[in-house]
Order: sequence, then C-alpha cells, then structure tokens
Amino acid sequence: MSDDILIKARDLSVHYQLSGGAVFGPKPVVKAVEGVNLDIAKGSFFGLVGESGSGKTTLGRACLKAAPITRGTVTYSDEEVEFELTNISKPELKEYRRRAQLIFQDPYAALSPRMTVRDIIAEPLEVMGLTKTREETDERVREIAAKCRLNLEHLRRFPHAFSGGQRQRISIARALVSRPHFVVADESVAALDVSIQADVLNLLKEIQQEMGLTFLFISHDLSVVAHVCDHVAVMYLGRLVETAPTRDLFFKPRHPYTKALLSAIPSLDPDDHGSAQKLEGEIPSPTNPPPGCKFQTRCAFAVDHCRKVEPKLEHSSTSHEVACHRWQELMD
Amino acid sequence: MTRLLDLENLTLQFDTDEGRITAIENISFTLEAGEVMGLVGESGSGKSVTAKSIMKLNPHNAIYSDDTKISLHLEDGEIEIMSLHGSKELKVIRGGAISMIFQEPMASFAPAITIGDQMVEQLLIHTDMNKKQAKEVSIEMLDRVGISDPATRFKQYAFELSGGMRQRAMIAMALSTKPRLLIADEPTTALDVTIQAQVIDLMKDLVKEFGMGIVFITHDLGVIAQTADKVAVMYLGRLVEQGPVREVLRNPSHPYTKGLIAALPNLDDLDTPLTPIPGDIPSPLERPSGCVFHTRCSANLGSRCTTEVPKFYQVIEGHNVACHLFDTEGAK
Repeated sequence: MSDDILIKARDLSVHYQLSGGAVFGPKPVVKAVEGVNLDIAKGSFFGLVGESGSGKTTLGRACLKAAPITRGTVTYSDEEVEFELTNISKPELKEYRRRAQLIFQDPYAALSPRMTVRDIIAEPLEVMGLTKTREETDERVREIAAKCRLNLEHLRRFPHAFSGGQRQRISIARALVSRPHFVVADESVAALDVSIQADVLNLLKEIQQEMGLTFLFISHDLSVVAHVCDHVAVMYLGRLVETAPTRDLFFKPRHPYTKALLSAIPSLDPDDHGSAQKLEGEIPSPTNPPPGCKFQTRCAFAVDHCRKVEPKLEHSSTSHEVACHRWQELMD
Repeated sequence: MTRLLDLENLTLQFDTDEGRITAIENISFTLEAGEVMGLVGESGSGKSVTAKSIMKLNPHNAIYSDDTKISLHLEDGEIEIMSLHGSKELKVIRGGAISMIFQEPMASFAPAITIGDQMVEQLLIHTDMNKKQAKEVSIEMLDRVGISDPATRFKQYAFELSGGMRQRAMIAMALSTKPRLLIADEPTTALDVTIQAQVIDLMKDLVKEFGMGIVFITHDLGVIAQTADKVAVMYLGRLVEQGPVREVLRNPSHPYTKGLIAALPNLDDLDTPLTPIPGDIPSPLERPSGCVFHTRCSANLGSRCTTEVPKFYQVIEGHNVACHLFDTEGAK
C-alpha cells in the first residue's frame, strides 16, 4: 500500500519567526503549518482547500522544499528514487526540482516580459541541463507546447501578446517541460474568468491522465476542487481538519468547518439561500491561535472539551478522516 | 417602486495611441430605488467602465457619444449626469448621491490616514455635520456593518484590519453619506467564501434598511443569484441579455449567457465535464462586426450574425435578449 504514496508528510510543521515582539521577550512565531500528516497517492489529483491564512500555500511549498520545515518529515518516492526532504543533499535537491514543479496563481506576474514564450518554456531545460543541443531543446518545447494547446507560431512572441488563459497555458508548459512526476498548482485558475477557468481545468486534467502526473491542487474554490480532484484535504489555521475522497467530502462532510465552507458557496438558484450554517467572524491570527480545537472560536457546536483539547485526525471510515471531537454526534 | 436611474444609449470610446477604441456601445438600463441590479461579464466586457460612467469617473481620454443620457432621479429633483462638468459640480453625485465600493479594499483606503479620519472627511464635505457629529455617525456606521469595537477601529489604519473588516469599513464609509445609489465593483471577489457570504448578507440587509439602489458588478453568477433582483449580461461593451434574475438564470437565452452558466463548476453534478466557451474574448481593437459574440458562438447563423447588429427581442416580458435566434419574424 505504501508503495502507492508519492508524497508522505509526517508531523510536518512550518514555523516562521516574526520580527518585533517585546524588546527582550520571545519573538512571535507563526505556526503556518502544524503537525500535518498527509499522504498523496501516485497519480492522484489531490485538492487542498481552506480560507486565506489557513496555511495551504505553505504546506504546498513545504512539499517542494520551498518552505523551511521546522519539524517532521516529508518523503517523496517514485519508481526510481526516494528523497527525504528535511535532510536532502544538494545534488539530490537538484534532481528533486526536476521531478517536482510549481504552477503559480498569477499568469501575469509569473512570466518574464522580456523573454519569448519559447525561451520561457526552454529555461528549465537549460538550467537543469536536461537537453544537450538546441535542436533537442526546441523539440521538447514544441512537444510540450502542443500538449498544452499552444499555437507553435506563438512561441516566438512575448507574453504581453497573450490573454490570461493563454499565459496560464504557457506557465503550465514551463512547469511540465522537465517531465516532472509531481506538480503543485497553487490557485492556478483563481485569476481567470469562468469560461477560461473551465478550459484550463480541463487541460490540467487531460495532461494529468496522459502523463500520469500527481497533482497537489491548492484552491479556495470548493466547486472547482470538486470537479477536478479525486481526494480533498481541508485546512484550517495550519491543521488538516478533514480529508476524504472528493465525493465523500462533498456529500458527507463531517467537520463543521467543511460544512460551513460548503454552505457558503453562493448557489446559482436565487431561491436557495444555503443552509443556515453561515460562519461568524474570521479566521484567527496564526500568531495567536486559540487553545484546544482551532476552529472553536467560530464553531456553533463547540463545547468546553473543544476549548481545552485539540482533536486529532481520526478515521470516520477507511478513507475519510476528520479532526473533530463531536463529529459522530453531529452526523445527520 | 420609484425610478432611480435611467441610463440611455451609453456609448463610450477611448482615444488611445493605437486609435479610438469602443469600450461601451449603446447600453441602456433602468434601476428602481431599493433594487439590486447585477452586471455580469468576463474581464474586458466593459462592466467597470459602465459603472464608472455613472459617476463620470472615466479618464480624460474617454469620449461619450452625444446621445448618451444618464439621469438620476432624486427626491429633490433630477440630475443629468452628462451635463455635470468639473469636480465641483460632480461633487453632488460623487460620494454624495452615489457611492462606490471597489474590489480591493486595501487599495481604496489611504494607507497613512486612519479609517476614522477618512470617514469624517467625506462627511464634512458632503453634509453639514460638524466634526463631532461626523465622528459619531462614522462610529455608528462601523457598528452597523458588524465591526466589533468600532471606537477602536475608528482610530486604526487600513493595514491593521483584515480583508473582510476592510471591506466592511469600506461599505460603512460608502453608506455614511446616505447615498441613493451604490455602485459595488466586485466587492466580494477578493474575499474568502465564508466572508463573502457575510458581506452579501450585510449588503442585503442594508438595501432593506436604506432603500438605495445598487449596481452590483461581478463575474460570479452565484453571487448574482444570491444578491440581485435583475441582471444584465455584458459582452465586449454591449448588453446581450437582461431580465429578472430568476428568469435569466433559469432560462438563459443568449448563447453567451448559456456558455457562462455551462462553464461554472456545479456541485450537484460532478460527472459532466466543464464546458468552456471556445476562444478568448477579442481585443477591443479588433471588435467583431455584427453581433460581437459571433466569433465564439456555437449557434452562429452565418452572414446575418457577422454583419447585422442584433436588436433586443423579448423572451417574456422584462426578459430581453440581443440575438438573431430570437427574431421570429425576420427568420422567414
């Protein structure tokens, strides 16, 4: 079973020390990610959702060793190699960079305006020394550009000539040109219009199936996640609060936070105002998280126990995990 | 209901280095007091430019056509907005009879002036209150929009507030002068879903309480469904469909509106793949002839669509669509 896991995180924590605080006192620490256990299966489209400030981006970056890991381990293992990211050596990290890639949110900021599309897509190949001749590079670029439905004539143009959707396809091509096994897509469709969003999502899904990739898809938009992901984890204030196969999570949510998130999605039906579980207040600051369950300050079902003891993720079924003291009582 | 706003034949061009660009062509709509009108469309469709025209906020290179007529009906008379010139005359509407809320609340507050001072300043300009009264009214408004401890928030700067708080403060500020018309330009787009749900509820309450009219701009049809009474769909500077929100969302008639709805991820139906509208929105420099949507339309009838601008046809009373498919007489 464990052979099917590509990314395995155990007790993963990422803390950032802030400047400031009392003059001789301790500096405040932001616990962006705290004690997360995560298994991402090979070939899955894994969704990570949560509000801003929940730590989803940091968790994604920690899986790429792009955020400092304070405690715990992240293990990457594909058919050929296995890396332990906390004490990975420099040459190994270089190899890992080829196998794990990132697609950014804002296609307007992620592409250098002074490079042609061809050069943008070719850069990873050149930097990592994956191709030896220019012809070989060009061929790899054309191959991936075609896969990402980019017009080959456009390769000579500069990014400013392209719309948001086309730009996002260029950044996808750049991320995939080194033939990675693992791709983190951080809010990759958040800046796009709905019709273009649908197009890019379909493209990602197609490519994932064709190339056998594993995706970690970070998004705040639950309906998007529901459509593309096969497994979803919900984050709140640095903790995973619920993880389950997509359908399970959306049709049988267990955690009050997940339920609230789902009911907050505005329905297309003007007469459907969502169930009455609207959340009050906002996500607390991660420098000063509440004791016990992190969600207790906004949870309608919080009792004394929730305010004292932090719940751990437990299985509600074989594949469904939830971190709530009262999930059984709250089942409809 | 009483008529609040009449917008007739709004046509707007911009003089740019690349020539004269048509941004808005022949837009007409009306708004009653206490009514929320949703203005939807992709980026580049001209929804923000339309809204800004109501306050004459477009830059100096904007050229309005001669037959553009925007009338605001107030209790103490009528204002022809097109005949107002210079910031002195426009002061009556800008921040007075009409207020505007922008998408990015961080960018709309001055960073070095406290929230309170900014609120007081506009009350001093637009009303005959003195400083003390203005402060009282401001704090009362902050309280009204659900900001806890308003007296403290009054003395704080925008960066000290979270995104949701800032947007609430923005709404408080916009409403403190008791405007008759509120223009909300993507007010919830930068917010998390849970906070978005709170802001939507707040705006609905405020409409009931103050009875103003709202022009609500968004690209999110779900938000429209939950807030608006009627909706106008824009594409490339033209209105393509308008009508009561239930009618338009349940019986979308224009191929573009249908496309927008089909591209939305729907939580009730996870099996159907998302259907993007093919192609990208054309550049305003290359506006298609005839129906502006014909380059992406699946129902393209051929020569008629490429040459003749469609008129508005009635689907049922109040629901109009600008598409040749609905011309039952001309089709013979």
